Order: sequence, then C-alpha cells, then structure tokens
Amino acid sequence: MTKRFDVIGKPRRRVDGRAKVTGLTRFADDVVLPRMLHCKLLRSPHPHATIESIDVSRAQARPGVHLVLTGKDFPVTFGILPVTQDEYPLAPERVRYVGDPVAAVVARDEQTAFEALGFIEVEYRPLKTISDPEEALATPEPRIHSYGEQGNIHRLQAFEFGDVNEALAKADHVFEDVFFYQGNTHLPIEQHASVAAVDGEGKLTLWSSTQVPHYIHRALANALQIPPAHVRVIACPNGGGFGGKCDLHNHEIVVSKAAILLGRPVKICLTREEVFYMHRGRHPVLMKMRTGVTKDGKITGMHTQTLLDGGAYGGYGAASTFYTGVLQTVAYHIPRYKFDACRIFTNKPPCGPKRGHGTPQPRFGQEVQLDKIAEKLEIDPAELRLSIVAKPDSLTANWLKIGTIGLAECIRKVVASSDWKNRFRKLPEGRGVGLACGAYLCGAGLPIYWNKMPQSGVQLLIDRSGQVTVFCGATEIGQGSDDVLAAIVAEVLGVDPYDVRCVTGDTGLTPVDLGSYSSRVTVMMGNAAIQAAELLRDLIARAAAEHMETVPENVGFALGRVFRADDPGKLMSFREAIVLAEEKFGTLGSVGSYSPPRSPGRYKGAGVGPSPAYSYTACVVEAEVDRKTGWITVPKVWIAHDIGRAVNPVSARGQVEGSVYMGLGEALMEEQVFRRLPPKLSNALVHKIPSLLEYKSLTSLDMPEVFTELVEDPDPNCPFGAKEVGQGPLLPVMPAVANAVYDAIGVRIDELPITPDKVLAALEKKAKGETPRVGPESFPDVPYPEPMLVPPPWEGGDGNSVNTPRRRPLKKEALA
Amino acid sequence: MMRLPWFEFHSPRSISEAAKILAAEGPQAMLIAGGTDLLPNMKRRHQTPATLVSLRQIEALKKAANGSGVTLGAAFTLNEIVANAAVREQYAGLWQAAAQVATVHLRNMGTLGGNLCLDTRCNYYNQNYEWRKAIDFCLKKDGEICWVATASKRCVAASSTDTAPALMSLGATARLVSTQGERDVALADLYKNDGIDYLTRRPDEILTEVKLPAPEGWRSSYWKLRRRGAFDFPVLGVAAAVRTASDGTVEDARIALGAVSSRPFLTKGGELLIGKKLSDDAIAEAGAKVASAAKPMDNTDLDLYWRKAVAAEFVGYALREIRGDDMSATRVRIARHAL
Repeated sequence: MTKRFDVIGKPRRRVDGRAKVTGLTRFADDVVLPRMLHCKLLRSPHPHATIESIDVSRAQARPGVHLVLTGKDFPVTFGILPVTQDEYPLAPERVRYVGDPVAAVVARDEQTAFEALGFIEVEYRPLKTISDPEEALATPEPRIHSYGEQGNIHRLQAFEFGDVNEALAKADHVFEDVFFYQGNTHLPIEQHASVAAVDGEGKLTLWSSTQVPHYIHRALANALQIPPAHVRVIACPNGGGFGGKCDLHNHEIVVSKAAILLGRPVKICLTREEVFYMHRGRHPVLMKMRTGVTKDGKITGMHTQTLLDGGAYGGYGAASTFYTGVLQTVAYHIPRYKFDACRIFTNKPPCGPKRGHGTPQPRFGQEVQLDKIAEKLEIDPAELRLSIVAKPDSLTANWLKIGTIGLAECIRKVVASSDWKNRFRKLPEGRGVGLACGAYLCGAGLPIYWNKMPQSGVQLLIDRSGQVTVFCGATEIGQGSDDVLAAIVAEVLGVDPYDVRCVTGDTGLTPVDLGSYSSRVTVMMGNAAIQAAELLRDLIARAAAEHMETVPENVGFALGRVFRADDPGKLMSFREAIVLAEEKFGTLGSVGSYSPPRSPGRYKGAGVGPSPAYSYTACVVEAEVDRKTGWITVPKVWIAHDIGRAVNPVSARGQVEGSVYMGLGEALMEEQVFRRLPPKLSNALVHKIPSLLEYKSLTSLDMPEVFTELVEDPDPNCPFGAKEVGQGPLLPVMPAVANAVYDAIGVRIDELPITPDKVLAALEKKAKGETPRVGPESFPDVPYPEPMLVPPPWEGGDGNSVNTPRRRPLKKEALA
Repeated sequence: MMRLPWFEFHSPRSISEAAKILAAEGPQAMLIAGGTDLLPNMKRRHQTPATLVSLRQIEALKKAANGSGVTLGAAFTLNEIVANAAVREQYAGLWQAAAQVATVHLRNMGTLGGNLCLDTRCNYYNQNYEWRKAIDFCLKKDGEICWVATASKRCVAASSTDTAPALMSLGATARLVSTQGERDVALADLYKNDGIDYLTRRPDEILTEVKLPAPEGWRSSYWKLRRRGAFDFPVLGVAAAVRTASDGTVEDARIALGAVSSRPFLTKGGELLIGKKLSDDAIAEAGAKVASAAKPMDNTDLDLYWRKAVAAEFVGYALREIRGDDMSATRVRIARHAL
C-alpha cells in the first residue's frame, strides 16, 4: 500500500455536505406530491388487551376523511427476520404495548386525520400486563405470543466452546459479576416519514426514512401480497438512523396499502412520541459474567449469561440475542468461552438494533470486570489489556476469523495522549480516569435471509460528456456513505469526487445493497465499487493506450487526466479518454459486486458474528465526581480507533465524535424507561418520558472536549484497507466512564446509566463500610438449554458441534 | 407533527384593550406572552383556550424604569432581561435565573411574565392526549386520581419557574391589572400551593410589571439543578439574597426554593442567618433548614430522594457565592457553562 492517493485519506468536505447544511437535502417528509393525502394512526392505550370490536363508521363519515383502515385490511403478518413474522400493520385482535397501532385514518390533511381518530370506537378487554423479564419468567400465561420457546420466553441460546468449568477451576482467580445495562433509544433527529404513491399502471413507489430499502422492498411486497417487480422503495437520505430505521415499519405498509386503495399519494410523518413507540432500540440486558484469570492476568475462560427484555415483538431480536455473546471473543484472547442468552417478551415497545447491536451491553460488563481484575491483580488496566489482546490473523474460540487488529496501538495511543501513567490512581480525590476498549464488525457476514447472491452491487455509467454516475442500493443515513462511494470511484478513475453523481438507495434504479446496518457499507459497497470502477478504467486505459502509443498498463489516471505513466507530459483529459473508449467499445458501463469470505465456523448459529474484518477502539475518559452530591462531570475524552484506513478523515472523526456523544448519553443519562401504575388501580404500563425534552441526552453544552486519533493499519479484506467507524467507537465509552468514576471516588456503579443518585448511594454505602457498589444484586433462574458444544480451534475442533442439544430448554421451577 | 387546536387570536396594542378583551371573553380566554410553554401545552391539549390574547404588541409592557429600585415590564423577553445592565449589575440572582431558563432560542421568545405564570409541571401531565388516556388521565387534567400521590386530593405538579424564586428572594412585587383596577402583590403572594390553581392572579388580570426594591447592601445568587446545561426545567432552584453590614454580619436574608413544591416559596433559612456572619457553620445550618422545607415528588426528572438530599448543598453554593467565594468552577460543573 505504498501508492499515493489523490482522494482516499484526504480530509474533505463531504460530497453531500452543502445540501445538508443549507437545508436542501430532501428527506422523506419533504416529499410532496400532487393530490397527496395524510395518514394518522390510532394507537392502543392498553399495554395488553384483546380487541373486542372496532367501529369506524363515525370517523369514516367525517368531512375530509378518505379512508379508514383496521386490522382486517391486513391479513398477512410481517417481521424483518424470516423467523419472526409476528407483527401486523394494524392489530386485528390483540394489542401488546401502549402505542401498538389498531387503525389508520387517511384524510385531506393531518389535522383532519388526527381529529377523526377520536371518532373511532374500540372496545378492549384488558389482559394481564407483563412489565419486565422477571415478571415474564414468573408468568408463563397469558403468553404475549403463541410462538417462542415457552411461556413468554422468545429465544434461548446456549453455546460452549471448550470446557469452561474446567478452565475456571484451573484459574488462579474467578471473577463473578452481575451488570445491568438499561435500554435506550436511537433518538434520530428526523422522525420516521413515508410517502406511498401508485403510478398510472398501478405500480407502487414508497419514499421512506429507511436504512434498508432492499429488505423493505422484499418485506413490503410480501406484506401486501403484490409482486416485488411492482414495488419500488426509495430510501430518502435519513436524518439519522442508528438502527431505528432497519425494520419494515407498520406505517410503511399502511400508507402503501392506502395509496393502492385510493390511487392517491399518502404521507405519514410520525410524531416524536410515536418514534419512541416504534423504538427497536437498545435492549435492557441483565448479564452475569464469570471469568477465570491467571495471576498474571491471562484469561483462562469466560462464561457470559444474558437476559434481554425484548418488548412486545421479535423484530431483529433473535439476532440481538446472539450479539449479546458472539463478539465477546474478538478483542482479547479467550481460550474457552460459554455463552447463554435469553430474550423475553414484555408489554413494551419492541427492542432491536441500536448502534453496536447487542454488543455494547456485554462489552460494558466485560470492560468493567477487566478493570476489577486489574485492580485485584495489581496490574495497570492498560498493561493487562495489552497482554491479552487477540492475535492478528487468528481464530477465536467461537470460530470467528480475525484479520488485522490495531487494538494494541489504540491502547498505546490513548495511554500516551491522556498521560494515563501519571494520572491513573494518581489524580486527587474526586477526579479519575478510566480506560476501556471495544471491537465491532465491519459488516455482518450473512444477510438476514438466506441466499448466495452478492451483498452489495455497484453499477457505473460513464459517457462522452465526462460524467460519472454510480448506482448502488446503499443508503445515506447521515453517516457519509455517498461520500465513501464517490471517493472510491473517484480514486480509481482519477477524477474529482465532486464530479461523481451518486444514485443510491433506490430499488427501482440501483443494484441491490443490503443496507446501512452492521457497519457494512464501506467494506461491502466499497469493494463492489472498486471492482466496477477498475473494469471501466481498464477499458479506458486500453483505448487511451492505443492513442498514446503505449500499453494499457502504462496508462495513469489522476486529477481528471489520463496520461502515460512513463511520460506524464503525454496526457489527455478524462473526457477525451472516454470519447476514445466509447468509440472503441460502444456505450460504457460496468458492474461490481461483493460477497464476504466464508466463515470457518460450521456449527448451527455460526452465522452470527463473522465479518470480513473487525474494527477496534480504545478510550480514556476523565471524570470529576462531587463527593457531596454525586454530580458527575466529564471534562475530556481521548479515543483511538483502528479504522484500517480513513477514506475521508473529516467524516471518520465525525463518526468517532458522534459515538462519544452517544456513548456519554448512554453512560450518564439516556434510558427508555416505563411507568407501571399501581396494579390495584390500573393496568397501565406507559413509556415514562416519550419526549425530546424529558428523554435526556447530552446537549452541546454537556459535551466534553474529545481528542480523536485514527489508527491506520490497512486491512486486506477492505477497500483501500478501510474498516468501519460508524459503530465501534461507541463501545468503549460507557465502561470507560464507569471505570473513571471508580478511579475518582472508589465506587462501582455496575449498571447504566450512571446517575448522581446512584453515585451518592454508593458513597453512602462506602461511608458505612458496606461494599461501595450500586448494581444488580442477583441474576434470576433462567431455563437456559443444554449448550451446543463446539471445541475451539486449538482443541482439535473443525468448526462443527460435537453434540445435538435437546431443542427443549431445561424446565425450571419458575416455569412449572 | 402535533397540531394546535383552533382558537381565536387577538393582538391588542394597550393594556386596557387587553384587559377589556379578557373581561369580555371570560375564563375561556388565555394570555400568550411568548408561548414557548403554552403552545406545546395546547398541542398536547392541556389547555384548549377558545381565545388567545397576545401581549406582544403592547409597548407599555416592555418598559424598564430605574428609580428606587428597578421596574421591569412583564413582556421583556428573558434574553432582554439577561441583556439588561441594571439587572446584571444589581440583581445577580435574577440575572442568573433568567440566563438559565431553557435555551437561548426559547429565551428569545419567552418573557418574564410568562415565566412567572408558567404552568406547573408533572411527568404524568406533560404528555400528549393519547399518553394521558393510557393512564386514564390525572387529577390536573381530565382525570380523578393524582398518580404521584394516589391518596392526595390536591394536585402536586411542580412549580418550574426559575425567575420567581429569584424575584422572591429579592423582595419583588408584581402588578396585576384588570378592568376592575390594579393591585400590587408580593411575589410570594402570587402563588398557591396547588398544582392546578397555582396562581392568585384572577383570569381577568394581566401581570404587567415586576418591581424590584433598591439593591443597596444586598447580594444575591441563584443556583439551578437540572440534568443538562440547556433546555431542562429546574428540578431544584435555590435563590438567596443577603444584606450584610460592613463587618460582614448578616442584617437581612431571604432564601427561596423553586421546583420542590407546587409553588416557589420563601423558607425560614434566611432568618437563621440574621446577626451572624456567613461562616461555613452558619451556611450549613441554613442549608439544613432550607432543605427540610423541600418536598420534591416523583414527578420530574432525577431521583426525588437525591433531589432532597442535595438541596442543602445547593443552598451552600448560593450562600458561598454571596460570601464572595470563587464558585466559578462549581458553576461550570453544575450549569455546564460559565455564567
């Protein structure tokens, strides 16, 4: 990688930056079509109830109302994962959380639709409210869903890679901790909006705030029972996604159906409250970690158990459940690993993927536990981590293939920049520093539905005008995917990235890309884009070589010029070269596609966790904690991210800083919490604070100074070596805050968020001589099944399991 | 988005014209003086006035007068109060309170009078209609039960004004004008400890101005507890004003609390300081006394027991600032910016 780059690695204004800052980007709610109508949804006021009757006649008769839809208009269930088709666009007979939609009004304007909702009469028969996992484990009936493992358990998973009990028995120390990570939500500034319209031939187009137009295309056609060829989904640029726009949403199906029935465009824009009900955010996870270590800090084995509060529907939950375990092994060498996970249904808005998808919770537990281990063993936490960092080009106990790993360099960088050695355990009382690390995927190895086709496709169009248009299904959600696409094409063709037109996220025009999730876009779209651009460059080189009387290999491309590499004075403009190529080859175009390498794991369940590459991050947080009030201030954060190579360092740093912002919110204040009214008086279970005012996340005034460093060790699986940056840098922030609070005042807050009342409570315990800790006291009895046994690579395994576990979970008394 | 209900809109040019409209329309009319709180509330159907009477065009409400003390028109925006040199120099507590209301954007619209008459808040109440329906509503609006304290016959929604405790500690009065005449009330007498009927102002009265007594010898301070450096309403407001003799002996002192009751109120903590110097012990004693009067409920942000536990400390911040201690580092940690 000694090649000099003209575009890659240069800090630049992003190609869509001007439109964004001048307000010209057209988001879904900006789509306005002639004869467009507006839709509002009537939502359940009950957390759990059967619908006895719905009378829409009075609403239907209101002036300006065009259509009222109910559950009977939608006979087909849907769900983003093929294994979890458990949602209805409008609930036909059962509502499962406050906010579950039961009817829709389409009217001439939003106000009319809203007012008509008040004329729909719904009779409910309330069912028992199930508000949290422990209540659900103790309450197998009524079942929120008739499918699942048993009672109100949605999913159970258990894997064991080597005999962990034996590994723990041989350890010098075994650490056992219980942690809790409260749920929180994505908080995109753009609320979800969708516009559906049918053309004169009856074909449907949906403009929507979505991260995954291809998945929506498939699922929408199925939900409406119409041919996919008659459906086009256009992902408008998203005003933030963070995982909250990855599901097919009920309102997307409703407006599509309404547009088909009425022959007129129909729009919906959710209110902020409704976005909180749509949710699909971070699962609340209770977790127990048992880790064996030698006296010099080497891990001998780890057993992680997780209990996820899934909310009312499946969504991506089955994948989230896996992710609370599978990536624990890619940061540090863990020779034996066991992982049990359980996801529960409760009467709350469904949880799903949020930045880091299922991995920030166990990462928080693991990194805080490592801090405790380091203290007990009297080893500096940075040194401890450096001594156990996983090896490059290695396999993990659960058969994940690690390629490049820049974690040690990240740790060294933040240790140096934060002056760690002179500050850790050395700052005055009330001030402290904490260190933590993280690791993340650069794209999920498998798509959410089984197929052997490419996961990203790119098509290029070039013509005699000199224009370069690149088509890809990837979706610009604010993360800068269009900029990455333009930069990569521009680098290969030697043109200005601002001259490349990106047409993205449109299932009617662009080749399939699976979408903006799992930090997959740069790697997968980027590799496909390189392939397409190199094919065209080769054609142009052949035509230009003929003209310049040389061989194609001797033709260079840079700065909008095509030249003889051995004699750069002999040159022509890119446009002149295209004319030659078009003369020689006819109309010019090319395609590229990408499929990730096959993963070595062969056991059932090995499909979650593999990735073409893993990114790594290390972070040091400084905290000031007031002893009298528990008030927490974070004055500075140092963070280093192993990005492989930064395509555009300005955007990359922005992603890192955005992760710090979100991470501090999760660490210090964000929580998606609910109010259960006194059961003697009410069945109510409501979101406590569904508003941007009362759901607290940091303001710019609360944001500390962030010192960001990028570690660039190009990964051969990645385009120009570039790994992900969208999610990984979030992961170390939360545990680093917890560890900094401990360094400052010597109390452990083993649950998130870390709020001043918890700190003060822990300080009071400390003053009384009790264990200075606030966090969960115990882990409930969860009926995990017999684990699938898979020997790790170094214990003679071949990637297959050596047993066939009973499918039925072990019955426990709680479920009798 | 959530939409406003329909309403009639009047924009009179004079106080007397506004008073006449209010008298004619009766209680179905409401005043709007900025609307940063009222309009979101109307979207959530907390208030559905048939008529809104805007005070924005009334120049007489935007006058300041200096004499013995300062008189401030009620329609000054909070940022105009912040920019007022007399306020900044002589009434630090009011300045600090006004400067910490909501955000700079909201302070450009929100007014002094609006902040003083701010609706009480409760997180069972400040929710949209559908949410409130899901809990079968509450005592404050459309329901029967106070969900914060189910045995309570009284609504316990929290007063959330920042400027009122500051003005109380400074001994301010407010003028109320109607077609029946005008009257001046001490700030403390403007409020009632009832989350629904929280003002002694009659529906036909307009709060036209606030009068601050001469500042000679007084120093004041306001400390606001909220989660973040912007946006949030107070979950505790401590306003203190102290007049000392030249040797530092306290001659008079008032300490008011906000956001821990349905009204802002003067505590007995100030009296404890009279005749003493602002020693650490005296401050701690006053802090404990003031904190004992704080009765936070589980209806706002942050844990209520914690909010009560830190009240004394916040009283200490205010008194130490008045004493002359350099509190700037603490201020930056609490307010998230320098004031």
